[in-house]
Amino acid sequence: MSDEKQSPVQPAEEKTPAPKPPWEDKPVPPVHEDASSDADATALAAAIEGALLAADRFAGELTLSVPYEKIREICSFFKEEQGFKFLVDLTAIDWMDREEGRFDVVYWIHRHSDSKRIRLRTALPLEEPIDSVVPVWKTANWMEREVYDMFGIIFEGHPNLERILTWEGFNGHPLRKDFPVEGIDTGAAIYPDVYPPGGGPDAAEEGA
Amino acid sequence: MPEAVLNLLLIPLIKIVVLLGVVLLIVAYLTYAERKILAYMQVRLGPNRVGPKGWLQPIADGLKLFVKEDLIPGGAERFVFLLAPGLIMVPALLMFAVIPFGEPFKVGGRTITPYLADVNIAILLLLGISSIGVFGIILGGWSSNSKFSLMGGLRSAAQMISYEIPMGFAVVSVLMMAGTLSLVGIVEAQRQAHIWFVLPGILAFGIYWICGVAETNRNPFDLPEAEAELVAGFHTEYSGMKFALFFLAEYANMMVISALATVMFFGGWLPPFPNLLAGLWASPVLAWIPGVVWFAAKMGFFLFCYIWFRGTFPRYRFDQLMAVGWKWLLPLSLANVMLVGVLMLWWKG
Amino acid sequence: MSMHDPLKPLFDVEEMEISFGPQHPATHGVLRVQIKLDGERIMEAKPIIGYLHRGTEKLFETMAFPACIPHTDRMDYVTSATNNQGFCVAMEKLLGLTIPPRAAYIRMILAELQRLASHLVWLATHAIDIGAITPFFYTFRERDAILDLFEEYCGARLTLNTMRIGGVPFELPEGWLDRCSAFIEAFPKHIEEYETLLTENRIWKKRTIGIGVIPAEEAIEMGMTGPPLRGSGVEWDIRKVFPYDRYDEIEFDIPTGKNCDTYDRYLVRMEEMRQSVRIIRQCIEKIPDGPIMAKAPKVLRAKEGMVYASVESPKGELGYFIVATEKGTTPYRCRVRPPSFVNLQALPQLVEGALVADLVAVIGTLDIVLGEIDR
Repeated sequence: MSDEKQSPVQPAEEKTPAPKPPWEDKPVPPVHEDASSDADATALAAAIEGALLAADRFAGELTLSVPYEKIREICSFFKEEQGFKFLVDLTAIDWMDREEGRFDVVYWIHRHSDSKRIRLRTALPLEEPIDSVVPVWKTANWMEREVYDMFGIIFEGHPNLERILTWEGFNGHPLRKDFPVEGIDTGAAIYPDVYPPGGGPDAAEEGA
Repeated sequence: MPEAVLNLLLIPLIKIVVLLGVVLLIVAYLTYAERKILAYMQVRLGPNRVGPKGWLQPIADGLKLFVKEDLIPGGAERFVFLLAPGLIMVPALLMFAVIPFGEPFKVGGRTITPYLADVNIAILLLLGISSIGVFGIILGGWSSNSKFSLMGGLRSAAQMISYEIPMGFAVVSVLMMAGTLSLVGIVEAQRQAHIWFVLPGILAFGIYWICGVAETNRNPFDLPEAEAELVAGFHTEYSGMKFALFFLAEYANMMVISALATVMFFGGWLPPFPNLLAGLWASPVLAWIPGVVWFAAKMGFFLFCYIWFRGTFPRYRFDQLMAVGWKWLLPLSLANVMLVGVLMLWWKG
Repeated sequence: MSMHDPLKPLFDVEEMEISFGPQHPATHGVLRVQIKLDGERIMEAKPIIGYLHRGTEKLFETMAFPACIPHTDRMDYVTSATNNQGFCVAMEKLLGLTIPPRAAYIRMILAELQRLASHLVWLATHAIDIGAITPFFYTFRERDAILDLFEEYCGARLTLNTMRIGGVPFELPEGWLDRCSAFIEAFPKHIEEYETLLTENRIWKKRTIGIGVIPAEEAIEMGMTGPPLRGSGVEWDIRKVFPYDRYDEIEFDIPTGKNCDTYDRYLVRMEEMRQSVRIIRQCIEKIPDGPIMAKAPKVLRAKEGMVYASVESPKGELGYFIVATEKGTTPYRCRVRPPSFVNLQALPQLVEGALVADLVAVIGTLDIVLGEIDR
């Protein structure tokens, strides 16, 4: 340790200990960077007016914020023009009391030619429907059903928007933040106007 | 005691009791053998808890099935549901009446034949009785009021009908060679010809054996009870003793098919290679071996083949099974009949 | 008397509806497929899932980051090591941790052993669905040897919980690598054993060639990944495309099929097992000495952001999408991209117009695990 203090300028390798390998050092958390200069981001901004709200790079992943009204247009632009043939994942995040809309719907798309991945993120207010992307990627079918089931987001133009993991008539959407972790008495309904009381088996009796 | 009573009543009765006892015992232990042999093929031990080396396992199984509650599904057609196991078990046992297990032997100056009846139309009788068995399967599948059972029953009906035809033609070529429909006669014909019919009739034997496996609904033709698709096929809804009857009938049918293969193609109770080794078998060292032993050995081999197939093959698909039956086996068996006819003509004159 | 139109059936033909599962010997768990049958032909198949839904994603939101790992085990319970790996890789990306090379190599060995174990289970059940019962017992013999290795390493056989954020929890037991190496050297012979029973078997070929065909473009459109995609001829493997741990230092090939059918997917998985053996062999050769855990803080606090990291699970691309809030100690949202879920979606398309027997073959070839589909 004393060697270091003596001569920080000298490049003598034998004396200064080798730089610590990254696993011995403190972790370096990723940071957010602006990525609006990315080729696909600029292409999107040029092709569809007002389609690009923000571009962010975090941990090497590109996230484009887009408006939910134009989501199908944007998605088909990426698929048809930019070659993102593969929808990896589609999910949602519930932000409860956020101003610009309660939910984030997240699309994660992949291009095979250069293995590039882009995340499309769109803020969606509660009770507001969003266009389905099933016409763009067939694989979105079950993913959107799952998001509908778990978050109660309505996808317009979906061929068969039914609950997928919970049963038809289940009261509530489990992944919303106001849904209690311990479960609900599905008879008592936290969304009484959507589902009348008494639908489905009584979950509360068994444990909770 | 009047001679007639003894000949017509007592001896046949004793024979029936012995035959039924032996057949049922063999069937029970066939299940044990199947489980053991399969186990050794599949690097495991098989039943080994009940009795020494699991010898009493079939007894325990039988007992379990016997005391089990007998369920009849709600929507089932009661009468037919109860009738079906009988319809399949009775023909299976009936067929043993005409199968000759060995040569006639003498007890106290009386000639005893180790078979119940030497019917002169034995083969026709067998083909007839065996096709009654299919009714048991269809009715059992239909009356259960279950879709899986129904599909199993229908599959089995289609399968049995389409495989009975090439099987019949394969048997016809044996009849042409033997010149008789009696099973005893067929064995005698092989003795006189000094050759097993499998040599001239190798093709017929192949067809017969494939059809025989298909007739008994065994792997790779076990579609009616394909458990991966139809749960258990036609006997999905059966439980307890009624299920046991289906089960036993399947094994009894396997025995019949094996016994017939032995009689028709492999010289029944005759020792092996009657043409080449005739001198050897006549020698006093080996002549004492009763024919029943040879018969049992041959039949045992075929039963082993059944189990072997089950350990080896995947299952055919329904349409593929039909294609094999109608497109391959049927024309082949017809051609075989012609071939045997030509050969016979050439041979005899 | 009017003539009967020969094109119309003489009787009223009704479609038969069958509920295939959730209690059925061939549905690999609690999958339920509602099928409409015309005779034996499938007119329509509709998978119904959710019988095993446990709300794992919701549970994640209440748990500290390290506490999530045991729950990943319970998703794809046949390949729990790969699930651990997926979660840990995603978390390390979020926290900016670099794991020591020894830990990475141990992870790769475990993950590839797990891939072998998973493929063995797949082969066993696939074969037994098609009626060949014997491969089941052969494959489970080898799988047991793999589970013994796992047990020796971490004490568990099925739900391993064997990776930590920043490395692995245990040093390899003494002699473990030799035992692993002995198993790996013996394993290719066992693969040949399975292949003698199946690969050239006429019935096996008849049951699998031309069944469940899905062309490459269609497979990509349906989002399929893993062996079902590679069986359609797309050379695509997360281990090559986005290498994680130290897969970039390892040489291996990606097997692909040509005919996009069940038989090709079978061949692809068989070859994948050989490649896994190759990977493990290289790992054992190259494994360095050193620490097995990165220096991570006692309490893991994330920065605000979202990351997605995926690993090549035996079933396909297994992705973890983790959203964290500033200074958060629990995931705000943790989404799992389950490969089986996406692959199963193609089932109706694969079996339309096929026979009932093909349905079980196709379910087998998709290699689904319901624990992962329902989460």
